[in-house]
Amino acid sequence: MVQNLFYFLSFLAVLSALMVILSKNPIHSVLYLILTFFTLSGHYILLNAQFLSIVNLIVYAGAIMVLFLFTIMFLNLKDDSFTGSRLFFHLGSGLVVFTLAGLIILKVATAPIAVADDAHFDSQIGMVENLGKVLYSKFLVPFELVSVLFLSAMVGAVMLGRREKGEKNF
Amino acid sequence: MNQIPEIFRVIPVNNFVILAVVLFSIGILGVLTRRNAIIIFMSVELMLNAVNLLFVTFSSYKSDPTGQVFVFFIMAIAAAEVAVGLAIIVMIYRRIRSTDVSLLNNLKG
Repeated sequence: MVQNLFYFLSFLAVLSALMVILSKNPIHSVLYLILTFFTLSGHYILLNAQFLSIVNLIVYAGAIMVLFLFTIMFLNLKDDSFTGSRLFFHLGSGLVVFTLAGLIILKVATAPIAVADDAHFDSQIGMVENLGKVLYSKFLVPFELVSVLFLSAMVGAVMLGRREKGEKNF
Repeated sequence: MNQIPEIFRVIPVNNFVILAVVLFSIGILGVLTRRNAIIIFMSVELMLNAVNLLFVTFSSYKSDPTGQVFVFFIMAIAAAEVAVGLAIIVMIYRRIRSTDVSLLNNLKG
């Protein structure tokens, strides 16, 4: 049961990830990326990381992807199609990436099978209660620094996106 | 309560690592082959998520919450990065009326 679910989610994740980079229309890419994030959230639930699964859905599929969709609709993009002059470059990059991925997969697949050890296993690791305690004690300073980062990112985005004087439209 | 769920017995870590490697490779391929800046950006998000999956996997199998806290920070930083990056893409579009990165050759790199 769990195995079937794992393989189904993995297949869906790889398929939708491929469609992200293969589809011509950027809006389809965004929708396939959202599907990928949903399958990854399913994986997080399988892995007993409920908090991160929900955060992944809210932050990635909810906030970030809506930002992407708004930008794409706002910019009125044309489809960019693969041109013949870059075919050699595509083949080369594909070869390099497949070689790299193949080597890593070969190594990992032949490595000894690793499963969880019974001795000190804690199934409550991924719950809000446990993660919140760690986040607010051990990682308090980084957590506060992230808020400073958000403030600077917000100021930067507003400054970059501001309309400049003398531009005709937009 | 502290019984090990079935998945940690029947599915080895190796399978999750292979899935993460495949997703990461698809992300690299997207960055290398596409010319639309927004698609390149989405491929970067795909790579970030592959790494997140790896962190969560090892965190869950080893019962160490640090990995999941790190994923939380990665998500926060990705959100900030997307806000600034999309603002830059909008600025590029205003200047050259396109988001094709092959048109950005002013520096003759």
